[in-house]
Amino acid sequence: EEREDDSEDTNLRFVTCQSLWNEIKSATEQIQEDLNQQLFDNLVSFLRQSHSEFQEKTTEWTCQMKSREIPTAALVLGVNVTDHDLTFRSLSEVLQNTVTPYIAFLEAKDCPGIKNLMQKLMGQLMNCYVDVDSPEDEDCVQVSQNRIRCSMTSLINWYNSVTKKTDSETPRKKRTSSSRHWQSPPVVVVFKDMESFSTEVLQDFIVISSQHIHELPLILIFGIATSPMIIHSLLPHSVSSLLCIELFQSLSSKEHLSTIIDKLLLTAQFPFKLGEKVLQVLINIFLYHDFSVQNFIKGFQLSVVEHFYTQPLSILCCQLVEAKNRVNSLSHNQCENIRRLPSFRRYVESQASEKQIALLTTDSYLKEIIQELLEDLHVYHENYVSVLRCLHVFTSSLPKYPLGKQIRELHCACLENQVWETEEYESSLQLARMLNKSDLVTMLQRCVEIFVSSSGKEFDKTVEKLKEFLTQFQKLEAEAFQEQDVSVSSQKELQKTDLYHLQKTLLELKESRRSKKLTKFEMLRFEVVDFIDSLVRNYLVPADHKTLHEIVYFNTASVLREHLNAAPRIALHTALNNPYWYLKNQALKSDGGSISNKVPDICIVYKLHLECGRLINLMDWLEAFSTVVMAAEGPNADAASSDQVDDVIHARFIQAVSELELLGFIKPSKQKTDHVARLTWGGC
Amino acid sequence: MPNIEHPAYPAATLLQLESLVPCRESQVSMLLSIFGERQQFSFPSIFIYGHTSSGKTYVMQTLLKTLQLPHVFVNCVEYFTSRLLLEEILIQLQRDATSETKQTSHVPCDNFNDFVRLFKQAVASQEIQDQTLYIVLDRAEQLREMEANVLPAFLRLQELTDRNVTVVLLSEIVWELFRPSTGCFEPCTLYFPDYSIGHLQKILSQNHPPEYSADFYAAYINILLGVFYMVCRDLKELQHLAVLNFSKYCEPVVSGEANERDTRKLWKNIEPHLKKAMQTVYLREISSSQWERLQREDGEPGQLKGLSAHTHVELPYYSKFLLIAAYLASYNPVRTDKRFFLKHHGKIRKTNFKKKHEKTSNHLLGPKPFPLDRLLAILYSIVDNRVAPTANIFSQITSLVTLQLLSMVGHNDQLDGPRYKCTVSLDFIRAIARTVNFDIIKYLYDFL
Repeated sequence: EEREDDSEDTNLRFVTCQSLWNEIKSATEQIQEDLNQQLFDNLVSFLRQSHSEFQEKTTEWTCQMKSREIPTAALVLGVNVTDHDLTFRSLSEVLQNTVTPYIAFLEAKDCPGIKNLMQKLMGQLMNCYVDVDSPEDEDCVQVSQNRIRCSMTSLINWYNSVTKKTDSETPRKKRTSSSRHWQSPPVVVVFKDMESFSTEVLQDFIVISSQHIHELPLILIFGIATSPMIIHSLLPHSVSSLLCIELFQSLSSKEHLSTIIDKLLLTAQFPFKLGEKVLQVLINIFLYHDFSVQNFIKGFQLSVVEHFYTQPLSILCCQLVEAKNRVNSLSHNQCENIRRLPSFRRYVESQASEKQIALLTTDSYLKEIIQELLEDLHVYHENYVSVLRCLHVFTSSLPKYPLGKQIRELHCACLENQVWETEEYESSLQLARMLNKSDLVTMLQRCVEIFVSSSGKEFDKTVEKLKEFLTQFQKLEAEAFQEQDVSVSSQKELQKTDLYHLQKTLLELKESRRSKKLTKFEMLRFEVVDFIDSLVRNYLVPADHKTLHEIVYFNTASVLREHLNAAPRIALHTALNNPYWYLKNQALKSDGGSISNKVPDICIVYKLHLECGRLINLMDWLEAFSTVVMAAEGPNADAASSDQVDDVIHARFIQAVSELELLGFIKPSKQKTDHVARLTWGGC
Repeated sequence: MPNIEHPAYPAATLLQLESLVPCRESQVSMLLSIFGERQQFSFPSIFIYGHTSSGKTYVMQTLLKTLQLPHVFVNCVEYFTSRLLLEEILIQLQRDATSETKQTSHVPCDNFNDFVRLFKQAVASQEIQDQTLYIVLDRAEQLREMEANVLPAFLRLQELTDRNVTVVLLSEIVWELFRPSTGCFEPCTLYFPDYSIGHLQKILSQNHPPEYSADFYAAYINILLGVFYMVCRDLKELQHLAVLNFSKYCEPVVSGEANERDTRKLWKNIEPHLKKAMQTVYLREISSSQWERLQREDGEPGQLKGLSAHTHVELPYYSKFLLIAAYLASYNPVRTDKRFFLKHHGKIRKTNFKKKHEKTSNHLLGPKPFPLDRLLAILYSIVDNRVAPTANIFSQITSLVTLQLLSMVGHNDQLDGPRYKCTVSLDFIRAIARTVNFDIIKYLYDFL
């Protein structure tokens, strides 16, 4: 007898999910590394240069006279503070490998005073010596931190001792170390969140270190989230004049996201796909709330996990060859699952009746068909991406961008419904019919490139056709050259007329142009646009029209929204207003307006307090509470408690009110005795 | 005939000293008279004050070094606690006593009492015996931040230790700001006046590059001071600027277009360049290394955007609206909210609800704190679509605080309803509002 989870291939699903996610993860890491490459290269070359100049030519007059500033890199990283950690981690790696082993990261929360800052700095630096160079060298570690004097002098002594030691190391070792770092590597101090540092601490630190810059080659890196203006607002001129500040800007997080979407979603490389609604949720969180690429990737990960967790058929969400193999070993239960898929049902209904029967009854036949359908789906994806990019070439250069500027917007539009039926598409085509020739030619050339480099196999003819268009445009150019003198002569005539005649001729010209037949160029332009339109209609069919799309598309946006865009206040309100929602107890099912006395006390108190103003009289509240609680006891109980509230009820009331206070809905008020103040307003 | 005279020191040393401290002769001879001869007790404490770069530190250092007087020199910013400061003084004393290479053992010194004891020991072990020991405390204003007894004790160190010691305090602020309320020993105060333009000219011209004549460099310094004297009198900074721009000044000479005497031509070449430097490199808008690179490559400084040019801050959509709402809450009086955010507010004229004392603009008064509820209420009414009060919205408010665009007022009870202030400027918020097509001026009471 089969256990239920085995029939749904839980283990296989888990393994598939894991391997898929690992693949995606390493891909994202690679993308991010590439994106940071440029920034890090610039930064490293700055760090390398900044102190070498002084080391090389100390005898020169300029170097002797110039006041020596502390080299400082202002690193603008954007407002998505959550992503900075990752950037700093890879920065640290890069610096360790290329510039210096001596790096310290400081955070504002650890440095309320200069003393804490120095402690933190020395702690990090003196440990890093042990990590990087010689783990067997123990005596350095044994100096406990308390015994080191927390001053710049001790830092300089430490620096001299470690740099001297590397010099006297064995020649073999020396060679390896000098290939990575040069003679006296700089000490890099990174202020991770510049905005949060207090200005006194920064000023003191800069003043102190500038006095010792000759002995300790220090480099500062300011991690800036907003704008580099913050340096001037934090540091007075007397302090900023001690710095030699250069600006480095990371890629904006919007561009970062575009790249991630481009490389992760708009590719046939990964079998897993995001549905339109899910993608929209993720993009909205990014654009509206946090600008955090990390969170976007986390959301993507959650979608992967959710999909494999909820969809038993997700075992087929893997590379095509593997998927075909797996189809052969599908259990009967899984076949039934497939038959239940809405897209598959639609497919069955469109088939001839005997085929329908075969599909619904014979597992082996079903498996054959599934393999075909999966192949179809795969081909669809390959083609989809290329045609989408091609369409984007056109839409991204239209005025006002009716279909959006970014390819992700176009992608969402195409996933949502048949894009060619939308008004935006219609107006895009109209605008495309007015493009000038040079633009049109460059676009066509780009489209050719896209199709040539695409993995889809059906595009040979398309490429041919596009190339044909291009040659026709070239021919037109040659013809236009001959026609030119005619138009020049007609313009000459125009110049020698008075205003009245000019208007008249212009009107005539306009008239003639309207009635005139389309020029060859215009004809050709129409053809091109129609051709693109036909491509779109062929290949950009929304995914949910495709059979078996449920296997690879994750579309449960509500789950994602619940998890990623939590609304604690709404949840709290729901819990207190309608406890059935969470407790699932039939007795608690509310029947509308009236307050039931079966719900927990805190819910009664909460509902009653919703009807009050800013200040709540405790006595009135208690009486209302007691009325609700007693309502079930019947009329005779009502009479007994008419003037005196039962002690138990009183206690229950006090407890419920305290709970409400703990949740932050009310607080004791000093304005009026026996009153509490409401801290919330509105009914959510 | 030297300006500085003192019977206790050889004339040659004094002459050398004089050449090292141009324009500070009178202060030096004053100090020398206070110091007296090596073995004589001097005034217990001397307080020297004067503006930034009026030569206090430099003069003291050169004086003590050239005359080889026993001394300890400590910067109070660097040794930020009294313990560090006292220990540093002792360490320097020990280092003087023993040979430089030998590592001295570390003596903990927690309070002034210990210091006096250890100080006596340290002085006794030295060979200086009867000579006056000078303890110079640079940036002495930091002493006020330390324990209350530190400053008075330093002022009376001679009396407390009963040794021949003089404490010299160097500071940029006047003695009146130091004097503790409980009273203390009054030091001998000495003022270092600012260098005049003539002084600056003289000092800066002293260190000319070896490959050019002194006159040529002096002419250059003259032009430099003509441009920068109005904005900068900091000797160090001027020196730095002089070095940075000198190669540009020499350019016509190097290329042979002009000779060293051709001052007018040289002036024409360098003047606009210096003016550009004043707007860029002097303000640290671009760094000195970038400036030098530009000079080498003969590029226009316009190509390189300064730090202040990057004012644009990209924010998430709702963060923008939160910031706008915060700005409105900070600069509009509470009673006007109804008029701005209610649909049927009626026709309230500004004159009707403008009271007499409210003539000053709220923008001149600065941002006012507002409660969280008001911020959210304004947010809901200025955003077109419905905003759910999700955790993301609340965390965005916190992020705005960490980005220093909002600031939290009073860190008391969170349940009590936190209060915030909007700290961004009008220009900044207008730029933000423009990106979301929100006409913020229409919603500001000041611009009604």
